Amino acid sequence: MKLVRDTWFVFGRYFGLFIHNPAWVALGVLQPVIYLVLFAPLLKSIASVQGFPPGGAYNVFVPGLLVQLGMFGAAGVGFSLIAELRAGVIERLRVTPVSRVALLLGRALRDMLSIVVQSLILILISLPFGLSVHPIGVVITLALIALIGLLTASISYAVALGAREENIYASIVFTATLPILLLSGVLLPLGLAPQWLRNIAAANPLSYAVDAARAVFRDQIADPSVSRGVAIMLVLSIIAIVIGARSFGRAVA
Amino acid sequence: MEAVIETRGLRRVFRSRRQVVEAVTGVDLTVRKGEIFGFLGPNGAGKTTTLRMLATLLPPSGGTATVAGCDLRTQPDQIRERIGYVGQAGGSDREITGRTELVFQGRLYGMSMEAARKRAADLITMLELEVCADRKAGTYSGGQKRRLDIGLGLVHDPQLLFLDEPTTGLDPQSRARVWDEVRRMHDRGTTVFLTTHYLDEADALCDRIAIIDYGKIVAEGTPEELKRAVAGDVVTLTVAGEQQRALDLLKDQAFVREARLDDGSVLLYVDRGEVAMPAILRLLDGAGLTLVTIGLHRPSLDDVFLRQTGRSLRETAA
Repeated sequence: MKLVRDTWFVFGRYFGLFIHNPAWVALGVLQPVIYLVLFAPLLKSIASVQGFPPGGAYNVFVPGLLVQLGMFGAAGVGFSLIAELRAGVIERLRVTPVSRVALLLGRALRDMLSIVVQSLILILISLPFGLSVHPIGVVITLALIALIGLLTASISYAVALGAREENIYASIVFTATLPILLLSGVLLPLGLAPQWLRNIAAANPLSYAVDAARAVFRDQIADPSVSRGVAIMLVLSIIAIVIGARSFGRAVA
Repeated sequence: MEAVIETRGLRRVFRSRRQVVEAVTGVDLTVRKGEIFGFLGPNGAGKTTTLRMLATLLPPSGGTATVAGCDLRTQPDQIRERIGYVGQAGGSDREITGRTELVFQGRLYGMSMEAARKRAADLITMLELEVCADRKAGTYSGGQKRRLDIGLGLVHDPQLLFLDEPTTGLDPQSRARVWDEVRRMHDRGTTVFLTTHYLDEADALCDRIAIIDYGKIVAEGTPEELKRAVAGDVVTLTVAGEQQRALDLLKDQAFVREARLDDGSVLLYVDRGEVAMPAILRLLDGAGLTLVTIGLHRPSLDDVFLRQTGRSLRETAA
């Protein structure tokens, strides 16, 4: 009960910070539009390439874009935490009896919410271009993206608390996210990849999320890859939350 | 008197790949209920590390401590309910208004929305933050920000308040206001544990003082006790030419307890100033040294610090 209460307060604080900053809100809405405007024109011609998966071009690419949005959207959240470390905000919060899990979860849920809203915008503006998806598919996809956001945000905060400096944090996060994204088949389907690359990708948890999202957009909600992708993200999210909360518990100057 | 803080052999070691640093090497402290306790020492002496351990922010590497009646190792949550902490960096967010911060802080301590709002309003009045309470904290002056930070530490009316260098970087006027605030807390019965590297601050504000150097307590007592322990009186003099000659001449005299050069003048710790002064004049005259200045004063905490650590706080603080 205390955990829920504390999480709600912490969420409220960071949501308030976000919503009172018009630039961030505008940027948040604009981002998915940019993805679509700058990326979608490439889709038409590439869909005819041999080995390209079945389904419309948008139904293949939008799920990948969503996963990327979930990950990149949350990868940078640690920057604001480092500024707060420097201002003594985190130390001040850690001296109160507030739950350490709430300190992490409250902020990560705020990040998750903004990613879900962005994803929804991306899906909605893709519909006129020929994206077709069942409403239940949208719900499943958003849940999947929410988990990816929660997972990435929790890890980002843990890394930021360990790094304590923007430069170190940035190099860790961007060195880690790039191969994970490339090996997940987000940008181009791994069906086009040689076998050795596919073998490496099989060890990448994010590729299961991409598989799940693509299956949903092929209208194969019952496909085992969907529940597998969601389950893997769920388990990893829980682990990431535990790691992140522990970092808040012992953050040392 | 009931103890609010009691530590035995409190230690903290920082390990990195390259080195092991013993920041605090064994601190024994007793802070009594209701007093203003000053923790004095140069930068890097272990003040902040000790404070952060006592405030549950940093687990000790060894030793035991009781804070506000609870064991530091096993009951950190209970301690957090009872203490307030204001760190060096403050703790308020530039992007949030003072009032919002105070209400949020109250909610974290379990207050209802109504109670938290009421408490925030009271603190804003008490700390005279009315003019800026509804502006973002990034717009505050140094003194306003420090008062807000102190307010955040007082939201739940803690029985013990930790202040880490509360007046560092403040102008003299803001500094005096923080002192007033600390005295008012003291009058309300709050125990205050503060660190400082200003001797005048410790002297003016604190009931008792501990001096820490290289991670160890080197002296503890009331400012008066500490000053008395130094020696009876302090004579400061300068001569024309080499100060070293005057020092060599005077340091082995029976009436001089201790002598040293400090800041270009000769410092003599003597038992009784009125007896020493004529003798000093005679000796200098006999050796053909011309006296330029001479002064007699009661020992200050500066002298205590110099005596205990072998260096002046003024030079180490820089």
